[in-house]
Amino acid sequence: MTAFLDSVGYTGWVLHALVWLPVLGLGLVLASDEARAKTVAFWWSLGVMVLSLGLWWAFDISEPGFQMVSTTPWIESWGVSYSLGIDGISLFMVMLTTFSTSIAILGSFNYIKKHERAFYSLMLLLEAGVVGVFVATDVFLFYVFFELTLVPMYFIVGVWGGKRRIYAAIKFFLYTAFGSLLMLVGILYLFWRAKNVLGVPTFAYEDFLIIGLTGTEQLWLFIAFALAFSVKVPVFPLHTWLPDAHVEAPTPGSVILAAVLLKMGTYGFIRFLLPLFPDAAAHPTVVSTMLVLGVIGILYTAWVAAVQPDAKKLVAYTSVAHMGFVVLGIFALTVNGLQGGLIVMISHGISTGALFLLLGMMYERRHTREISDFGGLARVAPWLATAFVITALASIGLPGTSGFVGEFLALLGTFETHPIIAIVATLGVIFAAYYMLPMVQKVFFNKLETSENREVADVTGREIAILAPLCALMIWIGWNPTPLLERMEPSVRAVIERVEGGAGLGNAPDVADLLSVLEAGSVDGTPRTEVEPLVDDPPLLEEAD
Amino acid sequence: MELDFSRQLHYWWALLPEIVLCVWGMVVLVAGVSGKHAPGAADPDEGGDPSFSGGADLGWLALVGVLGAAMANGWLYGVHEVGNTSMIAIDGFRLFSNWIFLVAAALTILISFSYVYRQRLQAGEFYGLILLASAGMMFMAGARDLIVVFLGLEVMSISVYALTAFNRRDKKSAEAGLKYFLLGAFATGFLLYGIALVYGATGSTNIAVIGEIVSGGTASPRLLAVGIALLTIGFGFKVSAVPFHMWTPDVYEGAPAPVTAFMSASVKAAAFVAFLRVFVVAFDSVHELWYPILWWLAALTMVAANLMALAQSNVKRMLAYSSIAHAGYLLVAVAAANENAAAGLLFYLFVYTLMNIGAFAVVIGVAQHGEEKLQIEDYSGFGWRHPLVGVALTIFLLSLAGFPGTGGFMGKIYLLQGAADSQLWYLMVILVLTTVASYWYYLRVAWYMWMRDSASSESETAYFSPLPMQLALIVTVALILYTGLFPGQAIDFARASVEGLGTWSR
Repeated sequence: MTAFLDSVGYTGWVLHALVWLPVLGLGLVLASDEARAKTVAFWWSLGVMVLSLGLWWAFDISEPGFQMVSTTPWIESWGVSYSLGIDGISLFMVMLTTFSTSIAILGSFNYIKKHERAFYSLMLLLEAGVVGVFVATDVFLFYVFFELTLVPMYFIVGVWGGKRRIYAAIKFFLYTAFGSLLMLVGILYLFWRAKNVLGVPTFAYEDFLIIGLTGTEQLWLFIAFALAFSVKVPVFPLHTWLPDAHVEAPTPGSVILAAVLLKMGTYGFIRFLLPLFPDAAAHPTVVSTMLVLGVIGILYTAWVAAVQPDAKKLVAYTSVAHMGFVVLGIFALTVNGLQGGLIVMISHGISTGALFLLLGMMYERRHTREISDFGGLARVAPWLATAFVITALASIGLPGTSGFVGEFLALLGTFETHPIIAIVATLGVIFAAYYMLPMVQKVFFNKLETSENREVADVTGREIAILAPLCALMIWIGWNPTPLLERMEPSVRAVIERVEGGAGLGNAPDVADLLSVLEAGSVDGTPRTEVEPLVDDPPLLEEAD
Repeated sequence: MELDFSRQLHYWWALLPEIVLCVWGMVVLVAGVSGKHAPGAADPDEGGDPSFSGGADLGWLALVGVLGAAMANGWLYGVHEVGNTSMIAIDGFRLFSNWIFLVAAALTILISFSYVYRQRLQAGEFYGLILLASAGMMFMAGARDLIVVFLGLEVMSISVYALTAFNRRDKKSAEAGLKYFLLGAFATGFLLYGIALVYGATGSTNIAVIGEIVSGGTASPRLLAVGIALLTIGFGFKVSAVPFHMWTPDVYEGAPAPVTAFMSASVKAAAFVAFLRVFVVAFDSVHELWYPILWWLAALTMVAANLMALAQSNVKRMLAYSSIAHAGYLLVAVAAANENAAAGLLFYLFVYTLMNIGAFAVVIGVAQHGEEKLQIEDYSGFGWRHPLVGVALTIFLLSLAGFPGTGGFMGKIYLLQGAADSQLWYLMVILVLTTVASYWYYLRVAWYMWMRDSASSESETAYFSPLPMQLALIVTVALILYTGLFPGQAIDFARASVEGLGTWSR
């Protein structure tokens, strides 16, 4: 396989292809007619997915940094370049994106009834944007892709969504835009610093790593970046947009949202927060704040999920809980924790995506999502029930499924550094059973009472094609996570070493400075007025003197 | 060619684009009254094609004038001047600004065809005034003397007053014209008084000479401070900065839609470039004196305008408030007053001209006979009925909101970079936070267009777009995407244009 990939120069062009082929597909979808749009989009996205599979073999396991790097100047006078690369952290995110997109497109065949061409082209545009986010190694380019994903998602929710779709779409948009624009100021601050330190304008990720930020700077930038990513994840208490967006989005929209869009937030944590601001990220106050927020997210949303009458809303809340485990794993700042976080990201993408698809299938049959409307479906639709149970168990984190591996590692990693938090968070796994299993019971196993439920058909061939790979992946990762872990490990280890080593490349980080800031105001995402500003304002007056 | 301004004749060469525009403006005026022109009709089905009848010939004629001025402007790149104390500058800053005015004039003329036709306006006077106003703007951009700034401002303003009140069958238009004229005259008074005081303090009206005297410290400080304050008010009015913005929404709403597009793009651009040149060249050494005022002016403008725009249900009025908000973003660049900020200002003005006129072009197309269907509800389901125009309007809105992939995004980044160079972090945060607010009202149009079904078949808006309008849409969309995806050249061009404008010591 590797020999074949080398013979076609795979590593040279694959990342470009993964970003731009979906855009090309968008053109094809628009050029085809309304009836054929979905088949064109599906086969095209499947092709992109197959193409991305080669990454599995072409990826060099021993390399911790970026590989398959290619850099072309884009805006030279600003030092912006179109540069792509992939490492152990983004590898699986890219594959998850291409996989979920094609699955989501296949899952929307019956669901999307109007403006099909527009819908499928937006899906492909979204795919291009998300892949771009994961492979961009230029921070400016990353930001462009990060923002670009908002537009297609806004329209997907707003045009094809449910009754309150416009409200959900605009809420989603404003929340995320609020966070990311503050990050933009942070990026421009980094750019300005890099320009002064290095003497040339640059937005390259590697350059931002070596500018030697002081503790105070790191803290403020950490807040700006963390806010942007926390909204996206979402971290409690910034999560309120998520249930609305998930419930109102059409099935494929929910799938993409859960499977990959949320991961952009946690990916940002790992890619930017930890390596760029290591002293801030490793500071005990910051770490405990993030860990506590993660735990609150796990426990609180588990309780909220348990009382939801609407199955889709329930699953939406479980997303927040799962992402809480990811946050926990990341801010444990151990190799195990970070790897666990990454596996939860993958596992959540697969299992929650599958849950949304299953709920979509049930909605197509019964036109309701109320848990109480269902009952005893296992008798009439045994295969649907089987798939649902496997997925639900993976979502809970039963040993032998992907969910277990991730949550176990994340908790293990947290236990190494913060045992009490890990113990409290473990309750979340129990709560997961508490909200998920009663739902499964009510929907599939109680009495088959109503006539509508008796007529529910079992899965069709297309639906099997959707569910089979998802279930297979959940079990395969559950039994054999080693190939994934060994690919992640070098990059993860590099991140952890970077955090432990601090930013001490240029100037020595001023930890005392950081401490004084932390004592003056707490780090909860809101800048306190009494804290000394980064740069006294107006600075120009001083310079003029 | 080298121009030595000690020889009066050389001014003719230096002013070639302005002269071409002025002369051609008269030609269009005379052609309008002398020839026979078939009248337009309210309904395009009744008469001929608005692209070629009902005053269209005069429109095309005016475009030829713009083209001529553009050629003259291009020719000026090969010209060098001796010294820098002449009345009129020949530098990149002026020439880049001229491109903005020329593009704006051309686009305005293109989007006016159907409006002039359907409202049966006097085409000759309409297009002639647009050319004359553009000439006034060019004087402002090139002025190295406060008196020339004032003259340019007056030529521009008086033409635009007339244009605002041009649709005399429409009460709102007349009201807007009167309002603009009265308040504008008042503001001009401030500006003139400011010029007088600055002259009193320094003994010169030449910007470069003032700059030397001010940095030498021989100027009377109090007189100078009051003079600068009055100039700030005068310019603040023209760029419609809060709290001098009161006229803007009413005038923009009442004026004929193409004139509103023209005003919100070019008039603002002209005021900004003159603002920047005067403050950067003449008052650079007393930056600390006026910088706090501009800081607050920018902050106030961004916050107030974006908040007020949230509540608008009339699209034209929403775009008026949005243009005030953009003035706020641009004021950040003036406050920063460094090389990147100045280049960012030029770049942003160029992109803003494109996206704003583009958005107005669609509004005109939707607005039926002229001033109907301006409510946001009228756009319900519009996108699905007219997908191409819908996509174009969506691109304009995303660009106005500053979204990646559009020129508006790159412009905003450029402005922010300029602010970062002067370390205006708080102002940057205000800028991005108010941008979040602006997403709401820009996207609201998008959600009506794409996410709502039209309430009834009656409200289904007929969209009318003759050939020149389509041309304008294609050009604006293409340039917005070009500056958004490949901004390198435009950035370098803007950057090269501000070289040598100020000392750029900051």
